[in-house]
Amino acid sequence: MAKDLAMTDAARVSRETNTVLTALTDARVGLGRVGASMPTAEVLKFAYAHARARDAVHADFDADALGEALAAIGLESVSARSAAPDRMTYLRRPDLGRRLADADRARLDALQAEGVDIGIVVADGLSATAVHVNAVPFLAALLPMLRNAGFTVGPVAFVQNARVAVGDEIGALLRARLVLVLIGERPGLSSADSLGVYLTHGPVPGRSDAERNCISNIREGGLVPPLAARKAMWLVSESLRRQLSGVALKEEEATLIGTAAEG
Amino acid sequence: MTYRIIAGGTLWAFADLKQLMAKATPLRSGDVLAGVAASSAEESVAARMCLADVPLRQFLTEALIPYEADDVTRLIMDSHDATAFRPVAHMTVGQFRDWLLTPAASSAVLSALARGLTPEMVAAVSKLMRNQDLILVARKCRVVTRFRNTIGLAGTMAVRLQPNHPYDDKRGIAASIVDGLLYGCGDAVIGINPASDNIAVLSDLNHMLDEIVHRYDIPTQTCILTHVTSSIGMIEQGVPVDLVFQSVAGTQKTNQSFGVTLDMLREGRDAALSLKRGTVGDNVMYFETGQGSALSAGGHHGVDQQTCEARAYAVCRAFDPLIVNTVVGFIGPEYLADGKQIVRAGLEDHFCGKLLGVPMGCDICYTNHAEADQDDMDVLLTLLGAAGVTFVIGVPGADDIMLNYQSTSFHDQLYIREVLGLGRAPEFEAWLQRMGLTDAAGQLTHHGLDHPLLTILEAS
Repeated sequence: MAKDLAMTDAARVSRETNTVLTALTDARVGLGRVGASMPTAEVLKFAYAHARARDAVHADFDADALGEALAAIGLESVSARSAAPDRMTYLRRPDLGRRLADADRARLDALQAEGVDIGIVVADGLSATAVHVNAVPFLAALLPMLRNAGFTVGPVAFVQNARVAVGDEIGALLRARLVLVLIGERPGLSSADSLGVYLTHGPVPGRSDAERNCISNIREGGLVPPLAARKAMWLVSESLRRQLSGVALKEEEATLIGTAAEG
Repeated sequence: MTYRIIAGGTLWAFADLKQLMAKATPLRSGDVLAGVAASSAEESVAARMCLADVPLRQFLTEALIPYEADDVTRLIMDSHDATAFRPVAHMTVGQFRDWLLTPAASSAVLSALARGLTPEMVAAVSKLMRNQDLILVARKCRVVTRFRNTIGLAGTMAVRLQPNHPYDDKRGIAASIVDGLLYGCGDAVIGINPASDNIAVLSDLNHMLDEIVHRYDIPTQTCILTHVTSSIGMIEQGVPVDLVFQSVAGTQKTNQSFGVTLDMLREGRDAALSLKRGTVGDNVMYFETGQGSALSAGGHHGVDQQTCEARAYAVCRAFDPLIVNTVVGFIGPEYLADGKQIVRAGLEDHFCGKLLGVPMGCDICYTNHAEADQDDMDVLLTLLGAAGVTFVIGVPGADDIMLNYQSTSFHDQLYIREVLGLGRAPEFEAWLQRMGLTDAAGQLTHHGLDHPLLTILEAS
């Protein structure tokens, strides 16, 4: 074949190396090169992945479907909106994404006068796709563990066009001892569906990021939801026991991470 | 003190230096978000005209963030070198720009001047500069640092090999390291952003990198980019840590939101120095920064984001870092909306860092919710290469699968080397040749499965 003839021995052995590397990671290793540059096929693959991620950023949050799925595992839910009126405003105004729309604040306040151990917020963040795919499997794994441990759980609050800190306000309104915020992470090229979970002890507006613990990259092919739920359970238990979260609460359960590939 | 100027028949007034600086800043979404941006294009240029007449000395008496309220301001004021400042002490900001562009402001003169400049002076003059000015002056600044190799020499550009993996899988990380080394990357550092903050996992990664560097005798340094307290903890446990990393910002309150204080950084540096792991020098710190972090943390005090960023370099400078980089497009469109704003910010950050004497690199990057793409990154890489950037990032295929953003690829650094004829850190360049990875001209050679570096995969 003319194509084979055109390939030098040197190029062939480089290609063999590339095959060995690509088997070991999803990172874009072993792409080969034309001169200093990426080959045409790789340039186009990259452009396609970028296009898909761009589309995930602008996808609509389907709270209704999520609400039904959570009802099936025995979780009540309530929908709310952040103060950001639309997606474009949301992208440029993080301050609005961090707080509730006025109308929803009063509504949430009336829901849970008694207080709970754990408040749960599900926010679209930067990828509604991530929430659609991973929020239910994560909560389905976490909920039995929380209940077995005797923790009380409030209704799940869905918040559209929201950022992590919206959980501080909601956690305070629900009188939760700690709040878990499940949120769509920035879509990457190889993962437009990555979910993050943020834990904040004693949620109240004004908490800083150093006071939170984060479990990131929750998705099939990353940290799978059941394993993420086990990590979250450990963090929840320790946070409530030590009454703190953030930098001061370093995760020490090494074995869980070591088994990430199996989970 | 109020600042006034008449321009276009209008009297423009600015309440104080902080407001004048903010309104003089080229437009970016973060300043609009903070409510400190100029309200019109005309006001912005009027502010620049007014700022051009402000004496540099004014920055030594009118603090943008009060001395009493902020330890970064105290650091800046207390460490200002009045003797070094003397050659430009009589200048206004506008005169300073003009002088910087003349041959009188040579590499040697600028090096001697660095400790006499405050971040605010440097930020101010950058606001009067066009992109080409930022490039011309930055390329004259020479900041050379050393650990196991020499970074920042004229005609060189280093690369941080960034082999991140979503769950810190060592074989996955090893594959990216091998790929990067085969492309001649890694002289700035082999640096992993770990997914985990678990000390046992971080220690394990540190041991892995240490093993690679020593087994193959690679003249470079490694770093696990975790919180400074974790690095200190590892050093106390006898883990082989080369560089101590920390994200830092230009205000005390923002650093607080990162869970970090200046004392912690001092402690981290001392811990790293105690190991004496550098072979040709003892620059042991690696810092990352980025415009918008102060606003994001609610710690900006009404100061524009570019000035806050320049103040972060004063923090870096105090700890003699090996490398510093702005992660310029990582923070998102609410701070830098599009390719134009990211390009401008990248050039400003590099210029300000270099003029202050910081070994400034850049993570040329963007996220998928910003209005930017690879073409914008090509533009910024080309401009920063021309400006003499200390180092850039090398990520497989420009796609970081752990941090979910796009940076520059192993191919991108080859591109800019080819266009501008840039070499690598000399010790590393010599190693590549010894390993048969490059020829005498520094060009990559082809290699097979039998290349010794492939054994890294078996060991991991």
